[in-house]
Amino acid sequence: MENFFLDNEHLKFHLSHPLLKSIVKMKEKDYTESKQYDYAPFDFEDAMDSYEKVLEVLGEICGEVIAPNAEEVDKEGVTLSNNVVSYAKGTQQNHEVLKGAGMYGLSLPRKYDGLNFPMTLTIMVAEMIARADASFSNIWSLQDCAETIHEFASEELKNKYLPLIHKGYTCSMVLTEPDAGSDLQAVMLKAHYDDASKCWRLNGVKRFITNGDADIQLVLARSEEDTTDARGLSCFLYDRLDNAVIVRRVENKLGIKGAPTCELVYKNAPAQLIGDARMGLIKYVMSLMNAARLGIGAQSVGLAEAAYRVAYKYANEREQFGKKINEFAPVYEMLASMRAKIDGIRSLLYETARYVDMYKLYTSESKTRSLNNEERDEMKYYQRLADIYTPLLKLFASEYCNQVTYDAIQIHGGTGYMKDFPVERLYRDARITNIYEGTSQLQVVAAIRGISSGAYLKRVKEYENMTLKPELQPLKNILLDMTARFENVIDILKERNHPEIFDFQSRRLVEMMGNIIIGYLLLQDSNRNDNYEYTARVFIRMGNAQNHERENYIIDFTVNDLAAFQTNK
Amino acid sequence: MYCFFYTFAAVLIKTLKKYDMKFKIVVLAKQVPDTRNVGKDAMKEDGTVNRGALPAIYNPDDLNALEVALQIKEKRNNTEIIVVSMGPPRAASIIRESIFRGADKGYLLTDRKFAGSDTLATSYALSKAIEKINPDLIVCGLQAIDGDTAQVGPQIAEKLHMPQVTYVEKIESIDDKKMVLTRRLERGVETVTLPFPALLTVHGSACACRPINAKRMLKYKHAHTTSELQEQNRDYTDIFKEHPYLHIEEWNAENVGAEEAKLGLSGSPTKVKEIESVVLTQKESKRFTEKDQDVDQLMKELLETRVIG
Repeated sequence: MENFFLDNEHLKFHLSHPLLKSIVKMKEKDYTESKQYDYAPFDFEDAMDSYEKVLEVLGEICGEVIAPNAEEVDKEGVTLSNNVVSYAKGTQQNHEVLKGAGMYGLSLPRKYDGLNFPMTLTIMVAEMIARADASFSNIWSLQDCAETIHEFASEELKNKYLPLIHKGYTCSMVLTEPDAGSDLQAVMLKAHYDDASKCWRLNGVKRFITNGDADIQLVLARSEEDTTDARGLSCFLYDRLDNAVIVRRVENKLGIKGAPTCELVYKNAPAQLIGDARMGLIKYVMSLMNAARLGIGAQSVGLAEAAYRVAYKYANEREQFGKKINEFAPVYEMLASMRAKIDGIRSLLYETARYVDMYKLYTSESKTRSLNNEERDEMKYYQRLADIYTPLLKLFASEYCNQVTYDAIQIHGGTGYMKDFPVERLYRDARITNIYEGTSQLQVVAAIRGISSGAYLKRVKEYENMTLKPELQPLKNILLDMTARFENVIDILKERNHPEIFDFQSRRLVEMMGNIIIGYLLLQDSNRNDNYEYTARVFIRMGNAQNHERENYIIDFTVNDLAAFQTNK
Repeated sequence: MYCFFYTFAAVLIKTLKKYDMKFKIVVLAKQVPDTRNVGKDAMKEDGTVNRGALPAIYNPDDLNALEVALQIKEKRNNTEIIVVSMGPPRAASIIRESIFRGADKGYLLTDRKFAGSDTLATSYALSKAIEKINPDLIVCGLQAIDGDTAQVGPQIAEKLHMPQVTYVEKIESIDDKKMVLTRRLERGVETVTLPFPALLTVHGSACACRPINAKRMLKYKHAHTTSELQEQNRDYTDIFKEHPYLHIEEWNAENVGAEEAKLGLSGSPTKVKEIESVVLTQKESKRFTEKDQDVDQLMKELLETRVIG
């Protein structure tokens, strides 16, 4: 029996983080719901036991159903006929099994038939599912749309649509258009209020919509005439039963073939406004995108884990020159680096998820009562951290996911290039992670604000003050040195006072900072569990060397260098 | 006289049924060592199963049986699924898992007096428990993967003087008086109609069991037998009073009115004479190439030695 929860000790480790106690207590409203619902936990231990039991069932579904289906799903892809998109048979089976197991709507409140799980837990589920089949994790994770409905929509919409999630109704976030990809402010799909039928009507084209034919669609549209920027955009809910959208095509893609990517034509489609007009992009979609980026973080970690496991297995079975190939330095170096990268991004993933949980829980608490000063400060503190950690996570997790799947093929050699082994599918699936939900380049744009403001550095100083076992001190000294050098580079750039050069170097700066932060996270993990000491060492050595290289590049970078790059413009 | 009594009892059961509209299904489920993934320490030196080395699981065919019962429940109003398992106290986990997957409740038949039972003694004990529940239908797996006898189900049907259908693969239809079933046989399928009360044994090719349901699991994870809670040193009086659905009832020989002489070793005519640990070794080997004449030769030899044909 394959079980993707029980066979992965890292998941249990991250479940044991001390901050979870506060998260669960707040999420369960001090365990008062157990009086009303017979499946609600009555204390922290009971809640953790419930989480583990659910993860165990899901782990088995991942290992015994979803993963074995993945190869056929990839081959079969999706089909479009009579304006209906059909999933591959395996995808349909995955969906039915999860529906039967009552696993949809994990994060929703119990009054909407959910299980009221914290974000940290649903992210762990997303990671396991992505390890089994990354394309299915897209369909699964789009449930996050329900969070947006829950947070911002009217009671009427909430009561109508949220209970459907548990029943297995699917969702999609309909944002991108042919001329509005990274730049969502340029969205043109038109929304106008139809007085006769007392609802909004949508007209226009959307492109590259994952799971575009979903039951419940959140659509970003221009509700304000004669506007061209974000302030003219609102968020709408379109119900597929209204049958007013044409699926013009489904894309033929490099990877994640089990998840349909659709081009949609809205033809006077009736829709309901979510929240307030003009807040569509600025507030609701930004919040949705942040959740989705966390989801891609989870998908990247899951995919990388899958790639590492097949590579590890192969390296320990394949013999050349009379030895297992894992005994050759170039191979074991690759494997150890893969392991370190995965441990690093997983730690960053759950750190970010906990921040998101904390700030969202305070926010929802603040709607029912006024918070005291200390609580308000905590809310702001965690919100700031969630804001700066989310792009860092998306950047690192998706880039490492690509690197790890690339190396996983390399370890397989020619065999890995063949369709006979799953690793080539993992490599193809990985390629989208650093593109959708904001490219890596856009994550840098979001993250660089935390560099300029000193917000990341502030967090690093907090990490510096945390106590560690004495034997970890030498590694910490490297991180202290990396931080000092980073500050020096920032000082140099400030002194140079050249915004274009700063902009040019921004990715290097964000990556330098990421290496420091992940280094500290792995040190803290090592402090709680000795098993992480090796990966902490591998990661910090690698990060230190990379930071030296970037530092060298930045320090003597001149205006003439910049000009050389710009000749290509 | 004995036979007459059972016929009389069967008539009485039918008469009483008219006044109790609930359709009761008993599912028989067994906890077994997982013999499908056998490692090198699966057997002890003396050739008996090393239960410690093998995880205890829900007998696979019994899961198919539970699914059949759950599908009937979906088709028929007012149906109750009661799981009965016979085994040591830890077999309570089989009852819990059944409830997580959709069964309504369960009884654990547990008593030291049952130890060492062969299929005759087991079917006697189970039939006594089933009489107490008085169901319309009994569904069990074809066979358990530890003994592989496929005898317990048929023996229970005989003892209860009920019709039985073995090797069931699919329920075609069901109404108040009868059901239509497909049996999976060696050389095809057979469709039969069956009146109630009756017993089915379900083939492993039947529909796989639905997964554990998250909410049911979180609601019933605290369901325990009294002895489980005693072992954990927990006070159970309040728990069971407040949440009666969390009590998994245990029945011993006395509770089901079983005669001691018919139980355990004394009730088991099957005696193990000798267990031989057979280690297969290769004595000789022959190599055939893929050439037509070699394949012909191979077929001839296989036919001559009656390996095939």
